[in-house]
Amino acid sequence: MTNQLHSFEQAIEKDISIEPKNWMPEAYRKTLIRQIGQHAHSEVVGMLPEGNWITRAPSLKRKAVLLAKVQDEAGHALYLYSAAETLGADRDDMMDKLIAGRMKYSSIFNYPTLSWADVAAIGWLVDGAAIVNQVALCRTSYGPYARAMVRICKEESFHQRQGFEAMMQLANGTPEQKQMAQDAVNRFWWPALMMFGPSDDNSPNSAQSMAWKIKRFSNDELRQKFVDNTVPQVLQLGLSVPDPDLRFNQDTGHYEFGEINWTEFFDVIAGKGPCNHERIEARRKAWEGGKWVRDTAAVYAQKQQTQQQQQKVA
Amino acid sequence: MDNKNHWSLYEVFVRSKQGLSHRHVGSLRASDDEVALQNARDVYTRRNEGVSIWVVKSELITSSQPDEKPEFFDPSLDKVYRHPTFYNIPDGIEHM
Repeated sequence: MTNQLHSFEQAIEKDISIEPKNWMPEAYRKTLIRQIGQHAHSEVVGMLPEGNWITRAPSLKRKAVLLAKVQDEAGHALYLYSAAETLGADRDDMMDKLIAGRMKYSSIFNYPTLSWADVAAIGWLVDGAAIVNQVALCRTSYGPYARAMVRICKEESFHQRQGFEAMMQLANGTPEQKQMAQDAVNRFWWPALMMFGPSDDNSPNSAQSMAWKIKRFSNDELRQKFVDNTVPQVLQLGLSVPDPDLRFNQDTGHYEFGEINWTEFFDVIAGKGPCNHERIEARRKAWEGGKWVRDTAAVYAQKQQTQQQQQKVA
Repeated sequence: MDNKNHWSLYEVFVRSKQGLSHRHVGSLRASDDEVALQNARDVYTRRNEGVSIWVVKSELITSSQPDEKPEFFDPSLDKVYRHPTFYNIPDGIEHM
């Protein structure tokens, strides 16, 4: 037992990935199942605000792009559920827990997409923030999670670029279109910053996750990176950042930004966001509505198998 | 049909191009082999990542155990003479 713990800690120390059949502390396994499960759920729920605009995309091109992006999100969820299953988690059980409100997903998806510009903002800002987070996770200590992240990051780059391009088109359009773009930035800027989670001095689980190298950078480090990446992009679009305290610090080379509204953050996490109920309801409806398909496919598979066995006997 | 997990777990292997071997890319759940193949195409080859796919039920794979690693792989550890670098060949000998 102590021997196993020793080899586990040695592996973490030497940056050797932990693989499914390796011994690992129960708390490490639990933390990963929770984190990967939440991540997978975020991909699934993340399809909803964008799916809202598939039938109303402004052109056939944008519609095709949005469909491809939403399909990617479904794929990302599937990679992640598979990774969680290598730890002994059960996929159906995770879905039940999501619907019962016993597992979380990224709070960003509890905000509505009021205009087409919001869809562009999600691709650019929300996927942009996700990329910062996920690039860091490509070196996470658990092998299957790291490998899923590598795949996801490759695909995510298209998401961010298409969002920025759609935003650019609005920003360079009529004054009304530019205003739409600005409104979307105003709505999504702060929620995007909140995606990195609570500040470091208020994030009790972070230290252990850093020690296990599940997390490689702190919430605040990643948030700072996102701000530094993104502010110049906002300015290049001719738009402004809805933060009166934002300023560039010449000495540090970083942007300093205002205080996040943590009350709003914790409210949304606690289920009091604008769309929490709607999102879970949509998932419940899809899960229950799809039950007959899952069951029928299983019965069909069983019949085929029986037939094949009978043919072999005959 | 209230029992869960009646969809099997499959491991997916993709040949990225002719001339290369199939490589494990991940896993998925499916009701049967044919659906597994179609799901594998949708999940793992949305961007021309493959020209051929294998799917196999995870439960059919027999694997070595990490715990028995030293004993299991021991026989190959102490046979340095299996490597070309074990042999001293004088300078000036070419094509070897």
